[in-house]
Amino acid sequence: MELLAFGDTGWGDELFRATLMTIAVSITAMLIGFSFAAIFTPLKLSKFKSLNLIANIYTTVIRGVPELLVIYLFFFGGSGAIMFVASMFGYNEYIEINAFVTGSFAIGIISGAYSTEVFRGAIQSIDKGQFEAAKVLGFSKFKQFYKIILPQMLRLAIPNLSNVWQITLKDTSLISVTGLVEIMRQSYIAAGSTRDPLFFYSFAAVLYLLLTFLSMKLINKLEVKYSRGY
Amino acid sequence: MDFELMINSFPKLLNAAVITLKLLSVSLIVGLFIGLLFAILRLNKNVFINKFAYGYSYVFRGTPLLVQIFIIYFGLGQIEYLRSTFLWVILKEPYWCAIIAFALNTGAYTSEILRSAFQTIKPGIIEAGQSLGISSKIIFYKIQIPIAIRQSLPAYGNEIILMMKGTSLASTVTIMDLTGVAKYIISTTFKPIEVFIVAGGIYLFMTFIIHNLIKFLEKKYSFN
Repeated sequence: MELLAFGDTGWGDELFRATLMTIAVSITAMLIGFSFAAIFTPLKLSKFKSLNLIANIYTTVIRGVPELLVIYLFFFGGSGAIMFVASMFGYNEYIEINAFVTGSFAIGIISGAYSTEVFRGAIQSIDKGQFEAAKVLGFSKFKQFYKIILPQMLRLAIPNLSNVWQITLKDTSLISVTGLVEIMRQSYIAAGSTRDPLFFYSFAAVLYLLLTFLSMKLINKLEVKYSRGY
Repeated sequence: MDFELMINSFPKLLNAAVITLKLLSVSLIVGLFIGLLFAILRLNKNVFINKFAYGYSYVFRGTPLLVQIFIIYFGLGQIEYLRSTFLWVILKEPYWCAIIAFALNTGAYTSEILRSAFQTIKPGIIEAGQSLGISSKIIFYKIQIPIAIRQSLPAYGNEIILMMKGTSLASTVTIMDLTGVAKYIISTTFKPIEVFIVAGGIYLFMTFIIHNLIKFLEKKYSFN
């Protein structure tokens, strides 16, 4: 137990901060994922074949390639790409992007591919009559989406989004390979310096279980809220 | 684009893909047995057995695969007692540790898939078997299991693909699988995009094959 003490004698406060980091990366990645989904879901549902193709390439490639490989691509290729863009504007210094940004982006792109599929499925399962009724009542395109389609889509999407959240949360453990100090990395450091890997990795497992358990509770509440009237 | 590097690294990555496939197939076979066992335990009426099986799948589905590998590879070696048993022969090899972690992980997901498949079997089918005087053992092996396997094919296909991606974590415990070799080439040449295209292409090709294999099996065993 004294291994978990707060302060200089134990790893309690370090692990606590690492847990907050895991939560922060997961939420950032999820939000980045939503922005990708906001771009690619309309492309998936578009009438134009070429736009469908772009969105399909995105979701198929990301869902068919291991998360770790995507993270390595960003970790080794991220600053190179930024530097290439910067050099076009005449800036030639070395740029290093922070591990938090690289990690959230890599996980966000992965999470976005799953979210895109969830939103596509949700929109497609909304009754066609709803779209027609909205049109007949003379709602503007903007209002149609925000007042009629979006609320129904959310109700249908939340159960699957909770799966995406679980996947994203667990995927953040992979960012530890880039050196970002989240739960996994902190446990690795603690295990190395105390020579007690069994304890620290098991404790990491408990932390992840706690996070998944608590977020499930929270999401269930959201689910109840969005399915009022059903 | 460094096409020369892409062509040169292709055979190396292809060789590494064989290791990925080995890891995948061994863990899937072991995991299927674990999954079937725990699915049956889940359907047991005894509360303790049933809760135990639920706990197993909850823990393995609620924690990252990376933690599971690290506990088995770095953690178990710490227990003095284990070092003196024959298990140490297995546990000191990263390859077997990875396979144990993968098999336990996929076993947890498979048990959920099979359980829900068992539960969706219509009671009428089992009653029909009973009224024909078939023993409950034969009903289970000859009626329930084949139907459950057919029901769970689509979900199990997804699980195979997820597991294939999961095997990439073997590279974190020094195994040179497809991702491990890809990372090695990237970190020596600093050409991440080229290597990503080749390695990702191999992964996508394997996903494609698995996807179509499952589709073929689904069609073959469909009820219509």
